[in-house]
This record gives sequence, structure tokens and C-alpha cells, in this order.
Amino acid sequence: MTRKQKRLAIIGGGVGFLVLAAFLVMFAFSQAIAYFYVPSDLAKANVSPGTRIRLGGVVEGGSVKRGDSKTVTFTVTDTLAGVPVTYTGILPDLFREGQGVVTEGAFVQGSSVFVADTVLAKHDETYMPKDVADRLKAQGVELSGKETIK
Amino acid sequence: MIIELGHYALVLALATAVIQAALPILGARLNDRGLMELASSAAVACFLLVAFAFVVLTFAYVTSDFSVRNVWENSHSLKPLIYKISGVWGNHEGSMLLWLLILTFFSALVAAFGRNLPETLKANVLAVQAWIAMAFALFILLTSNPFARLIPAPGEGKDLNPILQDVGLAIHPPLLYLGYVGFSVCFSFAIAALIEGRIDAAWARWVRPWTLAAWTFLTAGISMGSYWAYYELGWGGWWFWDPVENASFMPWLAGTALLHSALVMEKREALKIWTVLLAIMTFSLSLLGTFLVRSGVLTSVHAFATDPTRGIFILAILVFFIGGAFTLFALRASHLKAGGIFAPISREGALVFNNLILTTATATVLTGTLYPLVLEALTGDKISVGPPFFNMTFGLLMLPLLFAVPFGPLLAWKRGDLVGVAQRLFAAVAIGLVFGTGYYYAMNGGPVLAVFGIALGVYLIAGSLTDLALRSGLGKVAGNVAWRRFTGLPRSAFGTALAHIGLGVTLIGIVAVTAFETETVVEMKPGMTVDAGDYTMRFDGMRNGSGPNYTEESGHFTISRGGAAVSEVWSSKRLYQARRMPTTEAGIRTFGLSQLYVSLGDQISEGGIVVRIWWKPMILCIWGGTLFMIAGGFVSLSDRRLRVGAPARAKRPKTVPVGAAE
Repeated sequence: MTRKQKRLAIIGGGVGFLVLAAFLVMFAFSQAIAYFYVPSDLAKANVSPGTRIRLGGVVEGGSVKRGDSKTVTFTVTDTLAGVPVTYTGILPDLFREGQGVVTEGAFVQGSSVFVADTVLAKHDETYMPKDVADRLKAQGVELSGKETIK
Repeated sequence: MIIELGHYALVLALATAVIQAALPILGARLNDRGLMELASSAAVACFLLVAFAFVVLTFAYVTSDFSVRNVWENSHSLKPLIYKISGVWGNHEGSMLLWLLILTFFSALVAAFGRNLPETLKANVLAVQAWIAMAFALFILLTSNPFARLIPAPGEGKDLNPILQDVGLAIHPPLLYLGYVGFSVCFSFAIAALIEGRIDAAWARWVRPWTLAAWTFLTAGISMGSYWAYYELGWGGWWFWDPVENASFMPWLAGTALLHSALVMEKREALKIWTVLLAIMTFSLSLLGTFLVRSGVLTSVHAFATDPTRGIFILAILVFFIGGAFTLFALRASHLKAGGIFAPISREGALVFNNLILTTATATVLTGTLYPLVLEALTGDKISVGPPFFNMTFGLLMLPLLFAVPFGPLLAWKRGDLVGVAQRLFAAVAIGLVFGTGYYYAMNGGPVLAVFGIALGVYLIAGSLTDLALRSGLGKVAGNVAWRRFTGLPRSAFGTALAHIGLGVTLIGIVAVTAFETETVVEMKPGMTVDAGDYTMRFDGMRNGSGPNYTEESGHFTISRGGAAVSEVWSSKRLYQARRMPTTEAGIRTFGLSQLYVSLGDQISEGGIVVRIWWKPMILCIWGGTLFMIAGGFVSLSDRRLRVGAPARAKRPKTVPVGAAE
């Protein structure tokens, strides 16, 4: 191979790989990301069943119910609207009524219940998930005491 | 009084850094030896001053001096001593001080061990280090002063976040910082080369040990962090593709690329400009990581507090250093003499392939990490980019590299013989497939892809051993001759093989856990049993207990195999008194390389409790592999070539990395 051909081979291979990577990233972005919503967004957002989303808000006081042993149902609310959520498994240590939570999962066809496979609570008691806090604040919901964001 | 002395030492350190940042560069310009020599003493002085400040803060923690706001916010008089000490960096202010301490430590090492560097290069390198130190010292003093007083002093502290009260925290941040702050030295060398407009193979030889040391510590830090998250958080996961994890993983990927490209530059005088660019990019990613973790744009266990002024300050530092470095690069890179071009099929070609894939993979991780932040800033939409994205992009892109790894060391420099190398690796491929299939049948089926995953891991190990075997002439010469040749191989050959073997071992762990892990969530009452892997767990009952600053409820489980009890395990939920904060202490039992992992949930009916049990086959391979990589790093560092390299003045004692471990 001549010098020029060698250079072309190296540059061509590199560019080809980068293009491949770019396509992969775009494809993954169209498939594998989850949008974040609070309950009152859902009326206008029109999330189709089966689409993975993140749903955040505050766990409504008195809404936590344990069904058959390990399935838990609770309501996630942003004070304007509430969404019933079911989750099977062990809740995070800091999951409590009246505190912020982010759940990830999807709605099931023909039901208004959100089936979560992941529940994230806070890492310590001084803040709530940032996404939740931002959105609640944007809607004028005042957070009191420990729920305030540091 | 002593607290104020610590604060004062930090101010003095800043002043020293200003001198070290300005005068040596001037000296290098004017060729004034006195000004240039100032750099070394200033670097050592700066390190000692920061170290003094750090010791003072540690003293305040150990003596529980709650008149210091930082101590009051993050400590408690009943906390065990080790957590009082590790608590020094378990908060924003203290961890930034540790950052600065390690930065100045590396400057001092360059000053102490760089006696044989050309005068101007050394002066410029130390000056650039001082610019970074200056920025971070200012940041600490202006926005995050750990010595701020609290009057009147409270009687008791607020305690450290309980999940940070763990031995892991004592080790993970210092190791991680030794890694990604260590890359500052490579950055400074790159900037110094650009300032001087001159760069050669000797430069690569000087930079490589620092890269290798930083990379080794970063590997250890990330691995330690992963293991800590695995056993402390109680979620059973070892890697979450969390932005904060990515923040340390990106410099690691770029640093790995740098390690390989510096090799080409050292041997073949090629890829010079690229290597300089990589050195800049690697430390830029470290700075970006610091920004992501410390500015509060992300919420995580690492974001101790979010104060907007801090975020903007770090962003300014980021923009200044990354922007400045790239501008300098754009202006000066054309002055550097470009290296030669080479055949695509050769050792250097393989290393370019490595660089291409590693940097592309870094770019995808960067995209996935920053995209949600950018999208939110632009459109207000909030999204989360989780593991599916990274598995789809990063995972796929890395596959060809993993397959190519054993080819690299077997290809000759200049012009390689791809077919010949493939023939030599035939045995490794066969061994891989045998093991992959064997494991598949031993696990009684599962995802077929796992066969290839395991095979790839075993092939990496066998391929690396093939290189060592061929180099010592195994099978061609008599056994004792081969052994003598084997022991006579350069240490760097062993280092390479160990690191690549480690990659294979980690891969095996990842594949085995991903494909064959089982998870059971079940409500258990005393006497009930649950199967997990080859074992059966019986729940015996609950017990209450207490520790120095917490109370706990523990569940006892008996583990049996084939009807015979083989082990037992306690799994607990703790409540830390000072913060009224619950944590999960998972129960973990190791069987060979596999583990049983038990987390407790809520107590439901009388005596009944929700339990989550995982069987994690081969999981220890994930971290075991990183031990091989770390060993590889240290073995390479002890190579003679790196110490006495070609030009005598590049001599660098082997104590550089060893000293860095302290």
C-alpha cells in the first residue's frame, strides 16, 4: 500500500466506526430512555401503555397498602393529581408516606394503575429527588420542613 | 486557635501556588535558572501547607470539635474513630480539601523525582500544576471553607450520613482521587509541551509512569466504589450507569486509551499530537467528573450539598482549564512535528484501533451522561438515560475491542502478520469455546449468548497467556530454557498480560451474573425455606441488637446444601439514632467465587418479613479481575525500561508509584 492508501484506510476505518457509533447512540436514544412526569402531566402527555416512564411525586399520606405479602400499592401525588402505583419487591429504606419518590415502570393496557419495577427514594433525609422537587416547586407546591431541598 | 492555623495554612498554600504558577513560567521564558528552580521548592511547600491544613481538620474531627461547622454537620461524638477520620472527606468541604491535597502531593512528587527532567519542561509542568492548585484553593477558601466556625458551639454533632459510615468510604475516595487527580500530571506535561512547542519520544517516556500510576489507582478506586455500592446499598447491583459512576469511568476509559497511545509514541514517535490531545481530554474528563459530582446538578449519594455558587465556580474552573487547554492546543499543535504514518496491520495499528474504540466508547458514555442535562436546559423535558442505553451503545461498541485485545501484543511493530497471529490464537479461541459451553451445561442452560460471553472472557485470559508462552518459546525450546526466558521477560510484558487477563476475568463475572443470577422476593415466616442457586435458605427468626450509634433488627438464616447445613447469615436493618435514618445491611455469604445476598424488607404480619434473596454466580470475578489489572499496573511500573529509559536524564526511581500509594 502506498502512504496515501494507508492513510485513507486508517481515516476511513475511523470515520466508519464513528458513524456506526453515532447511529447506535441515536437508536438507543429512541428506544432506551424514560421521560419523567409528575401525575398532573399525565392527562395531557398521553403516555401509551407499555412505554417506560419515570413517575415522581410525593407518596400520599395513608395510601400505602400491602396486598398479598410482597406487593405494595400507594398513590403518587403532586397535590393536583394522584396516580395509583403498584410495586412488587422491597421498598427503599427511606420510602415513607409524605415524602418524595421516583418510580420507574409503565402503565398496563386498559388500566390506570402504574406498575413500577423500580422505586427510588432519597439517599438521606435532607433532600428529595431533584426532579420531583423542581417540578413541585414549579407548580407552586410548597414543601415543608424536611422535604425542602437543600 | 489550631483551627485558625489550619485556615491560615490554606491561605498561605494559595499564595505559594500563585508564586509557583507565575515565576517558573517566566523563568523558562527568560532562561533564568533561579526562577525555574523556585518551582520545586514552591511545590513542596504548597504540599506541606495543604497537608497541615488537612491534618488540622482531621484533628478537629477526631477531637469532635463542634465549634467547627463542618465537624458539627458531619460528625458525632459516639461515632467510631475510623469513621471520624474518614468523615473528614465524607462531606463537600473536606473532600475538596482532599482533592487539593492529592493534587499538591503529585506536584511535590514531580518536584522530588523529576530531577532529571529538562529544566524548562519541569518548570512549566509545575507551573501548570500550580494553576490548577490555585483554582481549587480559591474555590475552597471562597465557597467551601471547611474551617468555618459555629458560635456558640453545639454540644453534639449531626452525625455522618449512615450509608457513608463504612470502611469502604475510608478507602474509596482517596484511591479514586489518587487516580483522577493523578491525571493532572499528564495534563500538565501536555500543556508544558504545547507551551514549549516541542515534543519527542522521551516526553512519552516521562509521562507514561504517571499515567500508569494514576490509571492503577483509578482502577482500584472505581472497583472499590462498585463493591461498596454492592454490599452497602442492599440493592444487589454492582454498577448502575449512574452519572456519578460515569463521571469516574470516563477518565478511566480515556486514561486507558492514553496509556496505549503513549506506548506508540514512545516506541515509534508516532501519534504525538493525538497523545497530547488525549492527555488533555483525560484530565478534562476528571474535571468534568468533579463538576458533575460536586456542583449539585445531579442528586446522588455523592452530592453532599448543593449550593449554586459552588456549581458556577466549578463550572468556571472547568471552562477555564478545558477551554484554555484546547485553545492552546489549537494554536500550538501545528508547531509540533507530526510523527510518521504506519501500516494498519501492525502493533501500532492495533493500538490505534484500541484508541479509536475506547475514545468512541467514552464519547457515548459522555453523551448518555450529559444528554439529560442538556435536554433539560434546552427544552425543560426531564428524561433518564439508564442501563439499557449504555448496554446497547457502550456494550456493543466494546465487543470488537475485547476480541482484538490478545492480537495487540502478538502483532509485530511496523508490519504485522494478521493471519499468523490468528493461527497462534486458535488454541485460545478453542479453549474459550470449550469453557463457555461447559459452563452453560453446568448451569443447566440459560441465554445462549452467555456461551459466547464466557468464551470471550476465557479467550482473553488464554490469549494473554499465549503471548507469554510464545515469547518464552514454550514447546520450541527445552523446558528449562523456556523457563529462563520466561523469567527474563520484561516486567511490562507481565504487566500487559496481567491487565488483559484481568479484563477477561471481569468479563466472565459480568456475563455470569447477568445471565445466570436468580432473584427471589418472598414473604418469610420463621421455619420457611427458599431455594437460591444450589442452596436452600431457612429463615430462623428476628433479633434486636444495637451498635455504638444505631439500633438494629437482624434476621437469621441457615444455609444448607443437599439437606446439610453449610453456613448461616445475618441480614439487618439499622436505624441510626442521630439522623433517625434507616439503612439496610445486607447479609452476604461467599461460596467459591459466587455469593448469596439477602436483604430484609418490611415486617408484615406477626413474625413474617419480606426478604429479597439473590444468587450471584461468579460475581467475585468482577472485582477479582480489577485486582489483576491493578497488579498489572504495579508490575509495569516496576519495569526497568520506565526507570532508566533511553536518555539517562529521564531516569526516574521506581519509588514514584510506591510513594504515591501512601
